[in-house]
Amino acid sequence: MKKLLSVLPLFGVVIGIHLLTSATDTMYYLTQMTMSAYYSLLIIGLCVLMGYAGQISLGHAGFFAIGGYLSAALTTNSLTSYQESTLVRMLDSMGMLLSGNNLYGEAFLVVTPWAACIIAVLTAALIAVIIGIPVLKLKGHYLAMATLGFGIIIYRVTLALEYFGEADGISEVPPFVLLPGLSVSGDFSARVQNYYIAWILLLLGMVLLLNLIDSRVGRALRGIHGSDEAAEAMGVNTSRFKLQTFVLSAVFAAIAGVFLTHYNGGIGPSEAGVMKSVRYVAIVAVGGMANLWGALLMGIVLNFLSMRGVFGSYDDAVFGLILILIMLFAPNGILSINIRYRLKQLFGRGQDEEEGGQR
Amino acid sequence: MTTELFIQYLMAGITYGSIYAIVAIGFNIIYNTTGIINFAQGEFVMFGGMIAISLLQYMPLPLAIALSVAITMLLGALIEICFIRWLKSPSVLRMIIITIGVSIISREVAVHIWGESIRSLPYFVGNEISSIPVFGARISPQVLWVVAASGLMVISLGIFFKTTSVGREMRACASNRKAATLCGINTQNMVTLSFVLSAGIGALAGCVMSPITYSQYDMGTGLAIKGFTVAILGGLGSSGGAVAAGLLLGIIEAFSVSVVPLAFQDAISIAILLIILFVRPQGLFGSKEAAGLSEV
Repeated sequence: MKKLLSVLPLFGVVIGIHLLTSATDTMYYLTQMTMSAYYSLLIIGLCVLMGYAGQISLGHAGFFAIGGYLSAALTTNSLTSYQESTLVRMLDSMGMLLSGNNLYGEAFLVVTPWAACIIAVLTAALIAVIIGIPVLKLKGHYLAMATLGFGIIIYRVTLALEYFGEADGISEVPPFVLLPGLSVSGDFSARVQNYYIAWILLLLGMVLLLNLIDSRVGRALRGIHGSDEAAEAMGVNTSRFKLQTFVLSAVFAAIAGVFLTHYNGGIGPSEAGVMKSVRYVAIVAVGGMANLWGALLMGIVLNFLSMRGVFGSYDDAVFGLILILIMLFAPNGILSINIRYRLKQLFGRGQDEEEGGQR
Repeated sequence: MTTELFIQYLMAGITYGSIYAIVAIGFNIIYNTTGIINFAQGEFVMFGGMIAISLLQYMPLPLAIALSVAITMLLGALIEICFIRWLKSPSVLRMIIITIGVSIISREVAVHIWGESIRSLPYFVGNEISSIPVFGARISPQVLWVVAASGLMVISLGIFFKTTSVGREMRACASNRKAATLCGINTQNMVTLSFVLSAGIGALAGCVMSPITYSQYDMGTGLAIKGFTVAILGGLGSSGGAVAAGLLLGIIEAFSVSVVPLAFQDAISIAILLIILFVRPQGLFGSKEAAGLSEV
């Protein structure tokens, strides 16, 4: 409950941004704010995995893509030719299918967005378990390479399968009707509504994670980060906690993928690319690894700037540079730089400069 | 499968395999002296090819290649001096992220210099259609260049590490850095040297492979993953293992084309990587002991 209160001021900021943009007639910013919120949902999940459990993942764009692609393919690709198969009939009898005629009058039969969302997220969780059990036994470089490899496999699969639209991706994904009158779509009139959907989802995720890291699980995770062996010796089931966190972060990524895909009305292979995974890691690192608020703030700011096109064609380069600079000079994140201490050093005792900071 | 086709696939496998082996040896050289896996290893190969292609406008081919290798070596040294040298006992996670950052920056620099177009060096001898008959199959003379250059690099590296005093100092640094420092070896310079060497062989590989596989700004990541697969497969740190594992992976990949679609070729070698990591992290030829040492 206390955590719920701690995100309330942030919700005030969310409303404030809405009012500010509507007052200054810059409502188009809300579109990028919505997308940033979904990316940040993935990033806070990754933050718990990397910062608290200490396990690097260079494959989280893969989980994002599993969520997004499955949801898009299920709700867009028509099942009319498989109408007679048992699986399709079973789905139909469970009320999970939607039929009708498209703009050109052709009959279509697709999975409803709710069902598709659940299938997509469960699949991502299942894959996370299957991948996680062997992968999380690895450490250091091995873990990084293995997760990177997983990400590349997902990328290759999205590029190679016709079901996922190959290089074109999937477009014309229908809106995701959450409740009657409330739907996730890129429709112009639904902009404000979607802005709030995204942010409420993000804040709920934040509350969940804040509670998690302050619980027994959170303490166990920090123990694992400090030393695997020591935590194990203290009776912490390290492999189970690592796996749970991995799956949880994969679920966050998949949910972000599902929602953003419906919001954008499509998804392409670049969402599964290695560069995306690296970007997420970069943002977690900038936020300070074990700092959920930092990850949230940096996730919003950097994604927003990137999507506004502030970095131009140097977009990837900027993230690479951020990654290097942060890791070289402030491995505990940009928020950890003690500005007052630095200033004092600069103006007070100039000679001691060399000893300060992270060197 | 006919004999000709078999040999054709085999030669393709050996060609790619020797390139993977060279990239893997590049990983090993740096890993041995620093314990770091340099995620930017593939970018050295890219730079080697790209710089040589640009230089070719102003000078003959052998000179362009030599100069390109020298420039890439300089880049390797610069990277080490700027990003690695002055860090005091950094964590593995930090090193991984820094080298990934270096690889992204290198790729971005490359795309802003050379654009996204696919380029290649001309064939060293003959052209695209000239071929040499081998047991009824026809192979490009460039294949022989690749294999010969790779073989030469492996042998000369071996001689360098065994017989020269600098090579011996590097090996001392690899087996125990503290002890090497105590013996008066400047270990920091050895680390820089390992980056220079590894950049150099990467660049040379990038030049000889360019006519066959082409060069593009983003070729590094794929090569790095495969090189790493080979390095792990052969046992991290072992050059002989890298050669054997490189040829093995190259041949498996080449023959896999006849079974699964080309689009999944990369996925296959990555799947091999994952399986090896899970089942036998010390590699096919590595000892249990080596695996224990390499676990960070």
